[in-house]
Parts: sequence; structure tokens; C-alpha cells
Amino acid sequence: MISFSQVRKSYRGGHEALAELSFSIETGELVFITGRSGAGKSTLLKLIPAIERPTSGTVLVNGQNIGSMRRPAIPYLRRNLGLIFQDQKLLYDRSAFDNVMLPLAFTGHAHKDAARRVRAALDKVGLLAREKANPITLSGGEQQRLCIARAVVNRPSILLADEPTASLDSASAAEVMEMFRSFNQVGVTVLIATHDEALVQRLNPRVLVLKQGRLAS
Amino acid sequence: MITWLRQHWRTFGLTLARLAGNPLATLLNVMVIGVALALPLGGYMLLQNLGSITRQVTGNPQVSLFLAPEAGKADIAALEARLKQIPGVRAARFIPREQALEGLKRSENTADVIATLQANPLPDAFVLETGGSAAELEKLEPELKALPKIAHVQLDSAWVKRLETLIELGRTAVLILATLLAFGLIAVTFNTIRLQILTQKDEIEVSKLIGATDAFIRRPFFHLGLIQGALGGLAALAIVYLCMLILNRSILELAQLYGSDFRLGFFGFSDCLALLVFAAFLGWLGAYMSVSRHLADIEPR
Repeated sequence: MISFSQVRKSYRGGHEALAELSFSIETGELVFITGRSGAGKSTLLKLIPAIERPTSGTVLVNGQNIGSMRRPAIPYLRRNLGLIFQDQKLLYDRSAFDNVMLPLAFTGHAHKDAARRVRAALDKVGLLAREKANPITLSGGEQQRLCIARAVVNRPSILLADEPTASLDSASAAEVMEMFRSFNQVGVTVLIATHDEALVQRLNPRVLVLKQGRLAS
Repeated sequence: MITWLRQHWRTFGLTLARLAGNPLATLLNVMVIGVALALPLGGYMLLQNLGSITRQVTGNPQVSLFLAPEAGKADIAALEARLKQIPGVRAARFIPREQALEGLKRSENTADVIATLQANPLPDAFVLETGGSAAELEKLEPELKALPKIAHVQLDSAWVKRLETLIELGRTAVLILATLLAFGLIAVTFNTIRLQILTQKDEIEVSKLIGATDAFIRRPFFHLGLIQGALGGLAALAIVYLCMLILNRSILELAQLYGSDFRLGFFGFSDCLALLVFAAFLGWLGAYMSVSRHLADIEPR
């Protein structure tokens, strides 16, 4: 489903974020990427939706080569991925409902059908009662759950989350993690970058440890 | 196809809602475009009206031939015969000097002056009816001047021709003005769209990240430019129409003094429609340039 082989990513100025990285993730796996900040976790996650392109090596997602993918094809790749960003990227000029509606605006769903899917996604993360609220009025944990709702409303086959528990207290963090696990249990491939080792150990999943852009174990 | 139409329809609605949501900014933008378009449009309307006056006047151009004082009856008969042979002359009407004086006496304005005269100062004259245009009349002039016993040839068309030239000049000026202001309109839209793109920077970035195509992201800005341009065109028509109503009040009074019922006429439906389409196109063009220039700058990292 996702495979990296000999992937190197260096930024302008010579900083090398990833070096000689090779691994593959099968459909339905739950994988954690850990490592200290600057180890290359975010870069790794950005390569999968083609936000960044590899400097050398191959990144394959669902059989498509990200390095050679043409720009017009990228949106269609991303529609099959659920992205949860480190900085959340919620829109504060609209309600929670409309935030989750955003990915359905350009897939051509009839409004009624789209609204039903938005409510289903909000229900799954426990925010159905807050659909009219502006995201700014939601708590940190609720905002993160709203991001998850937006990521899954399109029913993606792969879910990517960058530090989804970074700003949460441990109870909320556990709640969010439980959500990822339940998505994984219904067959979604889940890839989570985190530096929260304690949280990872409790779930006992497959872990990729990054150290200076390479796999450490 | 249905999806595409549905998305356009939805975008159109959202764009209208966005414009209505910020009425002051919308009004100002529309007014800027409207005033810019109203200037050449008003000029064009005045020229069109002037053009229709000259066409009325030039429909039947006349030439007056004033005879030399020494011309006798035989000369007049000979002249009349020759005039009728000149191609382009439809009819030649002889006006004896006594008849011309009677005419002046009947006229209120000149009767007092005429009464003080001891002798008749007017010459005999021929009035020629021609069917041709001002230019053809011009060609006829040297031939008429060469006739014997002719003191002066007065072309009715001379001032009409001057007016036509002036109108032509005005038309060129309006065209230049329109071109300049069309660029202005494009620039206004360019800037409005740039600001709108900056305002929606977050939304654009997120949309790109979750799989919106470039076409989808551009669409609302094209709609915005198009709608704003068309509204500006509508404002321009309204401004020119209002000005026309105000002017017509004074023009009517003036025209009555000359015993005419002339008044300014407005554009026909197809002209108005053409202007709206043109304004909408310019708005779209400004939006297109702005979107091409600025959207690429927002690339998620």
C-alpha cells in the first residue's frame, strides 16, 4: 500500500531530512513513527500526499509513484488520503459542520448526501451536538477530533496524522488514539507520527523509529 | 456534466452571498467600475445622438447658387437649362431677388431691418436639390463655380461635413478613453481578486491539501470577477441613463425654442446587453490574470 525504497529528501541549503529510508506498510496496518523532533517524521508524512517530493528514491502509494506524479493528478491522490495536520488547519470563519463539509465540496456529492456523511463523521468523533459551533469555541481535544472528522468524511483508505496528541492532556490524547484504533479496526491503514512514547507502548503497534532521517530499528 | 453544472451553480450562489455579505466593499468596487465605464459610455451616447441629428439634416443636401447682379433674364434661362443637364442635380428652383426679399420681410426677426433698406440688396439665386452625400456635393462644387454669371456657390453640406469630422474625432477620443478605462477595470478586478485570494489564503491552502483541483479553487474567483464586472456595467448604464434624464430636461427647453422636439435617446436592448457582456468579460479577464499570478504563490508546505 505504501512503500519507500532508498528515499532521500534534502532541502535547499543542504539539510538532509531523510536518508536511505526503506520500509513498506501493508493495507490495514496501524504504524507509529517515532523519534525526536527534527528526525524527519513530518517530512516522511508529507511525502505520501505529495506535499513534498523525494529528492531520490521511490515512494509508492497505492501503486502510484509520488516522485514522478504530474501536478494535475495530485488532488485525486489526496482525496484517497485522510490528513491530520500538526497545526490542524481548521477554518475559523465557518462552523464545525462546514469545516467537515470542505472535502465533499469538490467531489460532486449532492448536498443532501454530503450533509448526511458530514453528520456521520461528526457523530463518529462525538461532535454531532456541536456542529454549529465555530471551531475556535471548541476545546483542544474537540478541535483535534474535528480534524479527524474532516479527514475521514471522504472515507479514505489511508489515514495520516502528524503529532495528533501533541497539545492534548493525557485523557484527551487517549481518546484520540482510541479513535484511530477504531478506524484501523474497520480496515483503514493508519500512520501516526508522534514523540509520545508512553502512548505508543500502550497500544503495542508496529513502530518505525527515525533517527536523523534513518530507521533506527 | 451535471456535477459540473451543480458546482458552478453552487459557486455562483456562494459568490453572490459573499458579495452581499460585504455590501460596502461590493458597492464601492461596483461604483469604481461603473464610473469608469460610464465616462466613455456617456460620450458614446452623445455622439450617437449627434450622429442621428446630422443624418436627419444631410438627408437632403442643398446647394445655393447666387447670381452676379448683372445677370439678365436670358442668362437665367440659359443657366437653368445647363443646370438641369448636370448629373447629380435633381431639381433647380429659381428664386428671384424680389421673392427672397418678400421672404425676409415675412420673417419676424429680419422684418424691421429690411424695412429700413432703400434698395433690394439680394441677388437672384438658384436652389439645387441633390440626392448625393456631402462628399458628392463637394465634387460638384468646382463645376458649378465654373458656370457663367455665378457670384457665389454656397454648399449646405459644408458645416455638416465639419460636424461629421468633429463627431469622428469625438469617436476616436471616446475609443481611446474606453480602451484606457477598460485597462482600469481589469486593474480594479485584478486587485479585488488579489485581496480576496489573500483573505481566503487558509481556505485555499487547506483545500489544496485535501484534494481540491486547481480548477475548483479558481472557479469562485472567476465568478467573482464576472459578477463584479457585470454589476459595474449595470451601474454604468444606470449612471448614463440618469444623466440622460437630467440633460433631457434642459435639452427639451432648448429644443422647444427652436421648434424641435429633439431629446437624447438611450441605447437599445442589444447595445445594453453587449456592454454588460463586455464588462463581465473584462472582469473575468482581470480575475484570470490575478488568479494565474497569485494562486500559485499559495502552495502548502
